[in-house]
Amino acid sequence: MRPGSVGKMQKFRDLCLFVAACIMLSPLCLRADDGALKKAVFLPQWVPQAQFAGYYTAYAKGIYRKHGIDLTIVPGGADRPVSRYLETGQATFITAWLSSALQMRDKGIRLVNIGQVVQRSALMLVAKKSSGIEKPRDLEGRKVGLWGGDFEIQPKAFFEREGLHVKPVRQSFSVNLFLRGGVDAASAMWYNEYHTIINTGINPEELTTFSFADLGLNFPEDGIYTLEETRRRDPELARAFVMASLEGWLYAFSHPKEAVDIVLKYAAEAKVPANRAHQNWMLARMKELIVPSKEEAAGLGSLKQSDYALVARELKELKLIRNIPDFREFYRGSATDAQK
Amino acid sequence: MLRNRGIVFKLIALVVTAGGFIFLCVFGYSYFFSRRTIEENINESARNLAQATVGRIEASLRSVQKIPLNDRYFVESTPLDPAALHDLLFNVLESNADICGAAIAFEPGKRQNVRGFAPYVYRSEWTIAFTELASERIDYTLADWYQIPRELSGPEWSEPYYGEGQDRTLKSTYSVPFYMTAKGQKRLAGVIAVDISLKRLQAIVSSVKVLQTGYAFLISQNGTVVTHPRSELIMNATIFGMAEEAGDTSLRELGRRMIKGESGLVPLGPGPLGSASLMYYAPIPSNNWSLAVVFPVAELMADVRRFNMIAFILAVAGLAALSGAVVIIAHSITRPLRTMAQAAGHIAEGNFDAPLPVSLSGDEVGVMTKAFEDMRISLKDYIERLTETTAAKQAIESELKVAREIQMSIIPKTFPSFPAGTGVDMHAWIEPARDVGGDFYDFFFLDRSRLCAIIADVSDKGVPASLFMAVTKTLIKAKAAPGKAPGDVLTTVNNELATGSETNMFVTVFFAVLDLKTGELLYANGGHNPPILIRSQGKPMPIEKTGNPVVGVIEGIEYGSKGLTLYPGDMLLLFTDGVTEAVNLRGELFGDERLLKELSAAADPSPSGRIEAVRQALARHSEGAPQADDITMLAVRYEGPLMEREG
Repeated sequence: MRPGSVGKMQKFRDLCLFVAACIMLSPLCLRADDGALKKAVFLPQWVPQAQFAGYYTAYAKGIYRKHGIDLTIVPGGADRPVSRYLETGQATFITAWLSSALQMRDKGIRLVNIGQVVQRSALMLVAKKSSGIEKPRDLEGRKVGLWGGDFEIQPKAFFEREGLHVKPVRQSFSVNLFLRGGVDAASAMWYNEYHTIINTGINPEELTTFSFADLGLNFPEDGIYTLEETRRRDPELARAFVMASLEGWLYAFSHPKEAVDIVLKYAAEAKVPANRAHQNWMLARMKELIVPSKEEAAGLGSLKQSDYALVARELKELKLIRNIPDFREFYRGSATDAQK
Repeated sequence: MLRNRGIVFKLIALVVTAGGFIFLCVFGYSYFFSRRTIEENINESARNLAQATVGRIEASLRSVQKIPLNDRYFVESTPLDPAALHDLLFNVLESNADICGAAIAFEPGKRQNVRGFAPYVYRSEWTIAFTELASERIDYTLADWYQIPRELSGPEWSEPYYGEGQDRTLKSTYSVPFYMTAKGQKRLAGVIAVDISLKRLQAIVSSVKVLQTGYAFLISQNGTVVTHPRSELIMNATIFGMAEEAGDTSLRELGRRMIKGESGLVPLGPGPLGSASLMYYAPIPSNNWSLAVVFPVAELMADVRRFNMIAFILAVAGLAALSGAVVIIAHSITRPLRTMAQAAGHIAEGNFDAPLPVSLSGDEVGVMTKAFEDMRISLKDYIERLTETTAAKQAIESELKVAREIQMSIIPKTFPSFPAGTGVDMHAWIEPARDVGGDFYDFFFLDRSRLCAIIADVSDKGVPASLFMAVTKTLIKAKAAPGKAPGDVLTTVNNELATGSETNMFVTVFFAVLDLKTGELLYANGGHNPPILIRSQGKPMPIEKTGNPVVGVIEGIEYGSKGLTLYPGDMLLLFTDGVTEAVNLRGELFGDERLLKELSAAADPSPSGRIEAVRQALARHSEGAPQADDITMLAVRYEGPLMEREG
C-alpha cells in the first residue's frame, strides 16, 4: 500500500492508534531517563523483513533507548531457533507464534507472553481458479502444499473440521512448485508468499484464497515472549520492551517509507534478498494484522482470552500439548497492565 | 484587422501563411513516412535480433539438456553402484565446460529408511569436488530442483539462483526425473540434475547492443530479472515488482504476456525499463524464460529528428527569404503607386503640371502610370478648353446683357405713361425667362384719341427672338395707321414677316386700338391668349376670340378685327402664356381660373394694383421653381372720354 492511497478510515484508525499509544506510553516515557540503560537481547523468529518492521524501526529510531533499554537485535533465521536462544539466555526477548509458544511451554520452557502483537493469522491456502478450486470442498483429493510444524496446525484442523481428504505435499520456502502446477493449492503467508505469487504475474482475481483467520481458525501469530523468571525479576524491563516495540510499530505504520528503508538496511546487513515493493506490501499487511479494526486499536498488543482458548484447544486436540496453561499464568501482558 | 494594413504586410502574411502551410504538409508527410519506414525497419531488425539471440540461448540450453537425458538411460538401466555414479558425474563435468554441477538424487525409500542418497559433483576453484547432498540439515527432496520435476513427472529448468557460500555465481538447474520398474510398476526413483552457470547466457544477452543505449534483458518464468545492464536489478527485481513500484499496470500486463510465452513488439513509455523505447520480446522455449530487446526510440529517431530540425531551419530561412523577396516586389509596386498618389494629390489641388513618375516597365503599374499620364493631359486640355469656353460664354452673356438693355429700352417702361386726363391708366410688367426675352408689349397713340396696345410672344427666346420681336414691334408700329383696322395691320405684318423668312420663328400678337372718346375697342388676335376684360362692375372674363393663327408663318392670311366697348372703369388685361402656364415644383399650372380669381380678388383695382396682385400670386405659386417662360402683363383701364386739351 502506497502512502498516497491511505483511506479515511485508515487515517481515523491511525488517530485512534496514536491516542491509545499516548495513553499507554506516556507514563513510561516520563520514567525512561531514570538510571542507566538496561541491557537486553531480542531475537525475532525470522530474517529481517517488514514482518518485524516495528522492532527494527524502534531500534533505529532510538525508541528502546528512550524506554531505558540498551537493546541488541539478533537477526532471526532458520539456524537460530528462538526456543533454544530463549532457553539458554542468549535472547532476553523473542517473538513467536502463539501456537509455537504454547508448545515450547509444554516442553518445559517457562516462557510467558508479555505482548500479543499480531492479532490476526496471516496463514492462508492459495489455489489457482484455473485448477477449478473455488470453495473448500474443491480441495478434496487435491495436492496441497503444506509447510511443516506450526504452519500445518491450522490447515490440518481445517481439513479435519471440513472432513476433507487432501494429498499433502511438503512445501519448501519457494512457491515455485505451486507456480509450476506441482500442487493444486499452496500454503502462503498473506504478507509474504501471497504477494510473491502476485508478483510472478498471477492476478489476484485468478486466485482463490482460504484465509484461516476467516475460517474460524484465527491463531494469533507473532507475540513477544520472555522467560517467566526474566519477567519476574524485572517486570519494568519487560513492560518497557513491549511499550517501545508497540511505539516502534505505530511509528512504522505512520512512516511506512522510512520503516521500509530501515528494514531494507537490516535485510542487506543480514544478506537477505529483499525488494522494496515486497516490503511495502508486507508492512501494509502487518498493519492490518496488528490493528485489524479501529475497535481493536485499544487492544493493541494484548492477547484475547478467546483467541488463546481456541489455539490451546486445537493444540490439545491435535495432541501437540498435554495441558493448557492457565491464561493468567501464560499471559502477563504489559499492554493490558498499562491500560489498567 | 488586415483591411487597413499595407500591401506589403498583406502580401507577407499571405505568402508566409500559404508557404508555411505547404511546408507543414510536406514536413508532416515526410516525418510520418520516414518514421514509419524506420519503425518497420525496427520491427524487422528487432524480430531478427531477438530471434537470433533466442536461438543462441536455446542452443546453449539444449546442449545441456541432452546430458541428464543421456545419463537417465544409464541410471535407469544399471544397478545402483555409487562408484559408477560418481564416475558418471565426474565425466559430465569434465566433458562439459558449461556445467558447473551435477547430481543424481535418489528418492528416499521406505525400505532403505535413510535420509536419501544424492551424490553431487561440482566445480570448486580449479578442481572438481564431490559431496553428498543428503544431510541432517538439508532435505534435498524439498528443493525446487528435485520437488518440481518429481511432482510434475517431467524435466524442468529451475528459477535462477545464486550459488551457496562463496560461490556467488548465478545458476539454473536442469533436472530430469528417472524411474525404476519394480514388480511391474514404474516408480519414481530420483532426479538427475545439472547446474549451469548463467554467465554464458548473460554474455549472450549482454552482447546484444542496439546503437548506444539499446539493450536486451532476460526474465525468468517468474518474471525475475536474470540479466540486465543495470546489475542491481538482477535477481532483486521482477518485472511485476517494477510494475507495482511504478504503479504501471501496462508493464504488469506486458510481463504476463512475456511469461506466458507470447512474443511481440510493444512501445514502452518512460518507466522502470528506461526512457521511451520499443521492446520486442520472445520466449525461450526450453525454460519458458523470456528475452526482451529494448530499442531506444529517441536514438533510433535521432536521424529523423535531425533531418526534421534541418528541414525546419531551412523552411524558416526560406520563408524569411520569401518575405524579403515579397518586400522588394511589393515595394516596386507601391513606390510608383505612392508617387502616383502624391501626383494625384497635386492634380487634385489643380496643379496639372505636377510630374508623374516615369515608369519604364510594361507591367500593370507601368500601364496605370501611362493611363494616369494620359488622364492628366486630357484633364489639362479639358480644363484649358473649359476656361476658353467659359470666357466665350461670359462674352456672350455680357452681350446678352447689352441686348437686354437694348430690348428693355425699346419697351416703354414709364408709368403712368400719359398725363392725367388722357382718359386711360396703364401699367405693364415684363419678366424675361432668360436674359433676353421673346415677349414684348407696346402702346402708343395713333392720333390724339386712339391708343394702340400690343402684346406679343415670339416663339423662341434669346437674342434671335429679341431681334424678331424688335422687327415685329417696328413693323406693327409702322403699319398701324389711323383708320386702319387692327386685323388689316396684322395681315400686313404677317405678310411682311412670313415673306422670305428663313427662320421658323413666329409670333403671337394681340393688337387693340382703343378710341378714348367713345371707349370703343377694336382688336385683332394672331394666335395670342385672349386678354381678360374686367368690367368695373362684374366678373373678369376673357374677351371673344378672333380665330386667327400665329403671325409670321403663313403668308397671305387675312386677320379679322373684332370690337367691344369699354366703359369708364373697365379694364383690359393683356398677358402672355407665361402667366397662365407658370409651373410650380409639383408641375401645377397657374391656370386661367387662378388668374381670374386673383384679378377679381385684388385689393387695389388700378392696373398697377392688379398686376402686382397677379405677380405676387405667381411668386407664391412658383415656390421658387425656375421661371420657364417670359411673363408679360399689360393692363389698360379706360377712365372715360378723352378731355380735349385746352390750348
